[in-house]
Amino acid sequence: MSDTAAFPGTGGCPACVAVQDLPPRQGVEGQTGAPLRRFEISLPTIHCAACISGVEQILDSVPGVAAARVNLTLKRVSVTAEDVPGMDDQLLGSLNGRGFEARPLDSAALEATRTDAEGRKLLARIGVSGFAAMNVMLLSIAVWSGASDTTRDLMHWISAAIALPAVAFSAQPFFANALRALRGRRLDMDVPISTAIFLALGVSLWETMHSGRHAFFDAALMLTFFLLVGRYLAHLTRASARSAAAEVAALEVRMAERVAPDGRRETVPLDALREGDILAVPVGARIPTDGVVTEGRSEIDPSMLTGETMPEAVGPGSLLHAGMMNLSGPLQLRIEALGEETLLKQIARLVEAAEQSRGRYANLASRASQYYSHTVNLLALSALLFWGLVGGDWRLAINIAAAVLIITCPCALGLAVPAVLTAASGRLFRQGVLLKDGDAFERLAQVDTVVFDKTGTLTTGTPTLIDPARLSRDDFALAAALARESAHPLSRAIMRAAEAAGISPASLESITEHPGLGTEGWLGSRRVRLGRAEWTGAAGEVERTTAWLTIDNRKAVALAFEDTLRPEARETVTRLKDAGLSVALLSGDAEVPVREMAERAGIADWTAHATPAGKVAALQDLAARGHKVLMVGDGLNDAAALAAAHVSMSPASAVDASRSAADLILLGNRIDTCVDSLRLARVARRRIIENFVLAFAYNFVTVPIAFAGYVTPLIAAIAMSASSIIVSLNAMRLGRQK
Amino acid sequence: MNILVVLIPISLFLGGLGLVAFMWTLRSSQYDDPEGDAARILSGRYDDEPAAEKVKR
Repeated sequence: MSDTAAFPGTGGCPACVAVQDLPPRQGVEGQTGAPLRRFEISLPTIHCAACISGVEQILDSVPGVAAARVNLTLKRVSVTAEDVPGMDDQLLGSLNGRGFEARPLDSAALEATRTDAEGRKLLARIGVSGFAAMNVMLLSIAVWSGASDTTRDLMHWISAAIALPAVAFSAQPFFANALRALRGRRLDMDVPISTAIFLALGVSLWETMHSGRHAFFDAALMLTFFLLVGRYLAHLTRASARSAAAEVAALEVRMAERVAPDGRRETVPLDALREGDILAVPVGARIPTDGVVTEGRSEIDPSMLTGETMPEAVGPGSLLHAGMMNLSGPLQLRIEALGEETLLKQIARLVEAAEQSRGRYANLASRASQYYSHTVNLLALSALLFWGLVGGDWRLAINIAAAVLIITCPCALGLAVPAVLTAASGRLFRQGVLLKDGDAFERLAQVDTVVFDKTGTLTTGTPTLIDPARLSRDDFALAAALARESAHPLSRAIMRAAEAAGISPASLESITEHPGLGTEGWLGSRRVRLGRAEWTGAAGEVERTTAWLTIDNRKAVALAFEDTLRPEARETVTRLKDAGLSVALLSGDAEVPVREMAERAGIADWTAHATPAGKVAALQDLAARGHKVLMVGDGLNDAAALAAAHVSMSPASAVDASRSAADLILLGNRIDTCVDSLRLARVARRRIIENFVLAFAYNFVTVPIAFAGYVTPLIAAIAMSASSIIVSLNAMRLGRQK
Repeated sequence: MNILVVLIPISLFLGGLGLVAFMWTLRSSQYDDPEGDAARILSGRYDDEPAAEKVKR
């Protein structure tokens, strides 16, 4: 499967065609003079020039918008618009209506990551060291091609005048890190790097003062330059992971509607809620926090919490938990004590315990550098002692030690990992996957088992009517007539099935919806009801989600529903199996729906009725047997399991707790991107190891030459740049391949 | 070899000019959206005025 199929509409971009005939910008009419505010919107599917102008034109034509600017690199748009109520919805609605998947971002949470001061400082250091390295290299070429005596000294002096201030400015991050490491009595990569730079400059200055033949000014600068590039790439990956984490935190603007004692309604952030407050929850919204119903009847969908797809009837006195979806009637609820026993707290405790038991993963680079810095320092020291004690010429000995340090300095090593990770995470982002933790990518490559959650992950979470052909045309027409008047997900499923079967709704009179119960209408003098079993007067075993149709409480017709399997689910499972991974399904739902979905997705290993703690136990059991597990889940009941897994993914539609527990977030409402990410992670790991091998091979060849005292500044310059370029090119193969 | 007295300062000056130009691009946020800038050059819409966001910054 190619990358272009990663998003619906990537090939045929919805906007590329749609925006052509958009009316020209309407200017500033409709402005009310309200204060302007910045809105940030995430657009995970934009990818081309037409998308940019499409989005900007759509937003410009919304009344009250002053300016809209797309950032394609971050896949975001920043809109300056009047701060009037409902502006967010208007902006999002206009984009979604045109086929762009748009999600609101909390601009306050993003403010911290907007200006990348650290990255700019690094770029400035790269600029200075690059400038200095090029100029010194020019002067050095004169020396290498035979300049002698005073000319050579002049070149060396000018080089020194350029190199010393340039290094003092550019190499500060290495010096600072090395100092910190030495204070903590540790050795890391920066210690040999700083020693090499200092020694190279010191030796060269000494040689210049005494009209020596060799000076390593260019090597010191080139070292600084290449290593800074590596640092910058590492910074880019880290910064994008950090901004992904911030973006995930900001994906959902957490607001609730509070009913004041005088009946006024106000929208307040969740943090401002207090115990005893009364909240209003409209139809189709999630319950914002745990509470008891005080007014209204409805049905709620608990699937985010438990994985169960069957709606539950609720009325005054029912206890509701945050994350449940209100299906049929407006509710008011009173916030209960937010003590230790609320469901969210219990889940949070499970997540914490699971995270602690997972253990820390030491990434490849830090493991490599541990051995590396010791070896390098020992080599240089032994070169110094050998030539000093055996040869007796300490000036030559210091020269050789400096050469050994310069040649072994981990230029290639410092680039090997960051270059691969930057290329890979950039490609991952283009596929619609947010990486929240750089290490997660290395862990992803080790995965041998994939565990899926059912509801909302393998399935879309929207119900479909089972076997509509079984219904008689008359019954179907009656059901469709009643369903048409309701926004309940089951009613909409009936309407979709009726439209597909070409059934036109029967004509019923005075149709009324009874929230939490069903819909009722009159066929002449006969009462027709569609809804819950006890209300319609039907009786039957309830194995799966069922609505009943009765006429005068007789002749009960069952309409059974099931969750819809994602169209790409089966293919995803097949591709995972082809890649040699074992696949399992772990769901909190009842046995029948889980078995059916598992069969249809092609998963043999399935578990139903799994509690949140049960999921964690199942994953820990797998880990104990030596499996590296990737968990893919979206519900609150998955959060702890996501934290317990070796590495985890969540769709962007998941609840907060799961998104923050997951290492990778799948944007673009598809799950087959998880296969692409897995494959990419494996390729990236192979590249990192290749790069290590290349870097070590280079050292293996050059160290003996340096040790023997044959390394001149010219050889050092060639060896250093050649190895760095090879390693970078090898990494870049990853970013471009289709 | 006297020509070096002229040529070296010239080469340093030109290099320095490049460095200053780079610092300017850095300060004026030209590396914030490289992909978008690459795509925008293909756009048929023209900016008659500076973008409002930049003015406010």
